[in-house]
Amino acid sequence: MTARRLAPRVIALSYLGLLLAAPVGLVFFRTFEHGFGPAWDAVTTPEAQHAFWMTILMVVVAVPVNTVFGIVCALVLARHQFRGKALMNAAVDLPFAVSPVVIGLALILVYGQGGWFGGWLTAHGIQVIFSTPGMILATIFVSLPFVVREVVPVLREIGTEQEQAASTLGASSWQTFWRVTLPAIRWGVGYGVVLATARALGEFGAVSVVSGKIQGRTETMTLFVEQRFHQFDLTGAYAASVVLALLAVATLLTMNLLGSRTEGR
Amino acid sequence: MSIKVVNVSKRFGDFVALDDVSVEVPEGSLTALLGPSGSGKSTLLRVIAGLEQPAGGCVEISGANATRLPAQKRGVGFVFQHYAAFKHMTVRDNVAFGLKIRKRPKDEIRRRVNELLELVHLSGFADRYPAQLSGGQRQRMALARALAAEPNVLLLDEPFGALDASVRKELRIWLRRLHDDVHVTTIFVTHDQEEAMDVAEQIVVMNDGRIEQIGEPHELYDHPANEFVMSFVGPVNRLGDEFVRPHDFELMLEPNGTTQEVMINRIVHLGFEVRVEFTLPSGEDAWAQVTRETAEQLELEPGQIVYGRPGRSRVFN
Repeated sequence: MTARRLAPRVIALSYLGLLLAAPVGLVFFRTFEHGFGPAWDAVTTPEAQHAFWMTILMVVVAVPVNTVFGIVCALVLARHQFRGKALMNAAVDLPFAVSPVVIGLALILVYGQGGWFGGWLTAHGIQVIFSTPGMILATIFVSLPFVVREVVPVLREIGTEQEQAASTLGASSWQTFWRVTLPAIRWGVGYGVVLATARALGEFGAVSVVSGKIQGRTETMTLFVEQRFHQFDLTGAYAASVVLALLAVATLLTMNLLGSRTEGR
Repeated sequence: MSIKVVNVSKRFGDFVALDDVSVEVPEGSLTALLGPSGSGKSTLLRVIAGLEQPAGGCVEISGANATRLPAQKRGVGFVFQHYAAFKHMTVRDNVAFGLKIRKRPKDEIRRRVNELLELVHLSGFADRYPAQLSGGQRQRMALARALAAEPNVLLLDEPFGALDASVRKELRIWLRRLHDDVHVTTIFVTHDQEEAMDVAEQIVVMNDGRIEQIGEPHELYDHPANEFVMSFVGPVNRLGDEFVRPHDFELMLEPNGTTQEVMINRIVHLGFEVRVEFTLPSGEDAWAQVTRETAEQLELEPGQIVYGRPGRSRVFN
């Protein structure tokens, strides 16, 4: 092995090691420093459990919504020509460009008391801000681009011939979508879902602004980590972080597993 | 089923793809749409299939106006140049697609698919994926898929265009035989005049979005309607206003009053056929196609001066 070939490898590995592996590894180490017991106790308090289920709720609502609408948006962007398409294309990337904190504030302006819909919503007994609906909206907002961005290039690549063939064979557009288009883009959709899930799990800024951080009510796992940290409960903060990391790893593994199963037919 | 296209026009932006095109395809026939790229032949086929909407005019399939009918309801089988195989389905599922959409009973589907796979010689490949097939096999699969639901009309868009020369020849003989067996009204698009003449009973020659001539292969060759058809359906020399096929140019050793002096530049032996390239006194270059026998009798050599005349020529205004 010559130095010339070795050098990039060393650089890449040390970069990843120092910036990714070491901090994450250290969190794991600190969590179980005093054994499994304290860590388990820290994440099984009612408050922690509530935060865990809140995070799961965010994912379970935001990801399917963004998957369905993401596929629709991708079809429109890849297959249709219309005025304002460039604008729509840019709008999809907005959550990437705008800081989550700003997104949170924007949601308060629209749905909060004195906001556009705030008065109407309050009059009908619906509270969006400082409550679960607002947190879900914030999570949907920040995880919106992933499915669209993964699916558009796949749609462009497969072209429209298979869909045309299906229509000449008697398939309606609905049948064509389910039997031809969706199976053809399933990898793009799958990858988009993984990324959106990861984003929804880890979202902090926007949710933090709209949630009001009410313990045991509007706290997700990430907010719980911060709260524990500020109260000098480091074991609790580390243990909750490990739970978040494990959720993310589980998402990736599920996707890989599904992938290898369908591929191995 | 017969097909009738009446005064169809189609534009893509400023480009006129079809300019007031009318054509009739009799039931059970095998028709070729022949023309250079950009001549509108594929667009015409796609209009018949319902994959493109014409700006004007109408399409009739077996006497019924189909102009506004979507592709899915026209009962056409369409074969694409690049196969358009469903990549995530096995060969069997590809062929069964149209039957499954029509919700036919399972054992009927199985029987029909087996029958078709037999017909296209793919019985041993039923459980493979399209990626595991060669180009020729994929195109045969696409044909079986198009035929599965017993279409009224079979439309093929440059079906052999993406294949090797040898596979192409084999498949066109095979398509010809298939048509003799199945007898479904068939239209195929090609830019290859030899392919069109080899396979089709009727050829529609297209150029610049218009139809130049419709006829049987020998009619087009012997009685071309215009300069374009003459030069598109076979090789041609242009001598002043006259058009001469190379095999109609006679060469001889002695002048006979109607001949011109020609100076031989090059002789190309292509087996039975010999190409003789020469220059006329007018300075025009031309070539003659003679048999090997004639070339040997005349003992032709480059640099030699012989005498020649067009045995048959055509002038168009």
